[in-house]
Amino acid sequence: MEHSLEEIFQKKVDNEEKIEARDWMPDAYRKTLIRQISQHAHSEIVGMLPEGNWITRAPSLKRKLALLAKVQDEGGHGLYLYSATETLGIGRDELIDQLHSGKAKYSSIFNYPSLTWADMGAIGWLVDGAAIMNQVALCRTSYGPYARAMVRICKEESFHQRQGYDILYTMSQGSAEQKEMVQDSVNRWWWPSLMMFGPNDDASPNSAQSLKWKIKRLSNDELRQRFVDMTVPQAEILGIKLPDPDLKYNESRGHYDFGAINWDEFYQVLAGNGPCNKERLAARIKAHEEGAWVREAASAYAEKQQIKNNSKSVA
Amino acid sequence: MQKEIKDFLLMWADNSMILGQRLGEWCGHGPVLEQDIALTNIALDLIGEARNLYQYLAANEGKQEDDYPMLRDVRAFKNVLLVEQPNGDWAETMMRQFMFDCWHYYFVEELTKSNESRLASVAKKTLKEVSYHLDFSSEWILRLGDGTEVSHQKAQDALEKLIPYFDELFKLSDYEQYCFGLGIGPDSDIVKMDAFDKFQQIITKSTLTMPEKYFHKYGGKTGIHSEHLGFIIADMQFMQRAYPSVTW
Repeated sequence: MEHSLEEIFQKKVDNEEKIEARDWMPDAYRKTLIRQISQHAHSEIVGMLPEGNWITRAPSLKRKLALLAKVQDEGGHGLYLYSATETLGIGRDELIDQLHSGKAKYSSIFNYPSLTWADMGAIGWLVDGAAIMNQVALCRTSYGPYARAMVRICKEESFHQRQGYDILYTMSQGSAEQKEMVQDSVNRWWWPSLMMFGPNDDASPNSAQSLKWKIKRLSNDELRQRFVDMTVPQAEILGIKLPDPDLKYNESRGHYDFGAINWDEFYQVLAGNGPCNKERLAARIKAHEEGAWVREAASAYAEKQQIKNNSKSVA
Repeated sequence: MQKEIKDFLLMWADNSMILGQRLGEWCGHGPVLEQDIALTNIALDLIGEARNLYQYLAANEGKQEDDYPMLRDVRAFKNVLLVEQPNGDWAETMMRQFMFDCWHYYFVEELTKSNESRLASVAKKTLKEVSYHLDFSSEWILRLGDGTEVSHQKAQDALEKLIPYFDELFKLSDYEQYCFGLGIGPDSDIVKMDAFDKFQQIITKSTLTMPEKYFHKYGGKTGIHSEHLGFIIADMQFMQRAYPSVTW
């Protein structure tokens, strides 16, 4: 009995074999991957902005170096991920245009402002922490180049998360003002971090197909629960109160229960109405447009060198 | 520690610190992702180098490394005027970097011979890094100078704008003279000759034209800075000033 290409593909996925760039894949699988990976790449690049804000103001040389290195890593992650999308037949320029035109999305979390130094800690601890939950699962995603990029990214991200936690921990051992700064920051970043996992499973229409294709390995709600379970004990060590009166351990489930997420806010930010959506996109567009003449100069120079080298080899 | 030696170390450290701080402003805003990453690398190297030197000073003076960048006012900084100049566009940033790297490379190369072993070892580590910085900025000067008409003009403008600040790197202050006499500091004649050679060679190859007439601007090494430095340190010192005597 002959199997269709689609059946062969699904069988491979079911057997946990990786799909590689040259393998046949359904168009929708390819499109979903491009959307998801490029969204992730854009998130890394836009994510450089709220933290980049604090590089010049970091409170010590040690923290300044760590923050610089962290933001640089995010740029590096953007590069690996854009490379992974190239294996699916789409180039970085086109993806960047999609970001700038608003066609492509990036993680909404980066549309919140970074107001105090404690935010560098909270972003590392909560935002990178939430990202890792997702990314650890993605190390087993069915598309080979994406899975391999995620392995490398996860190593660096978990370092970032520890670094963020260390910022908050150091402050939590300090003055009353420092402790207050930590609490305030966590109050602002907690709920947006929970939103990072996306809508509840019953409101996430594409999830089922992505799970079948093993692009996604765990559902939004499963990942969110894991994150909450991991984070609550860490918050206790910091001596802070997570801003959710409904948060409590549920013996029968073996998990923490938590309050309802304000999905109106989530969809508002997603629609472009968050506190910094316009600023973030404007900063990216400005960098790109002001860099146009630089990129043109580099190509023109490379072409001239190529011609020189060719004429040398002919001679 | 003698004042002259301290001033010499501060000049060295502050140069790298302030330039690193300036480069940090680019992070996330570069013209191409790869260049953004490369520039951040240079910033990391420079601030790392400054940190080594501040630690050396701190150990000698019973202070903390952060006291030097975070708690001094403008007049106590000894960096040259060049490094505090604003980033401007990519051509200005690269020209400032190239001028600085020409000095920095040959400066630390000479310093590897310092009879103060700790400084010689900082110089050795730095030399490897700066060798990459100098390649990077030289290549960009070539690309911009010999790229498109637009990039050529921008590079030429940057050269004319920044050339008045070049000579200060090589003009010996009293404390540098003193440290050279002790065998701690480098032979500035050698530094200047090698750096100018490299500078001329790349400028010529990049098809840029050296301005015929310009004035030299001096002052940073003795703490007479441009107005830019006050804003740089206001930013850099904000946290330590707003929340004194706590650990971050």
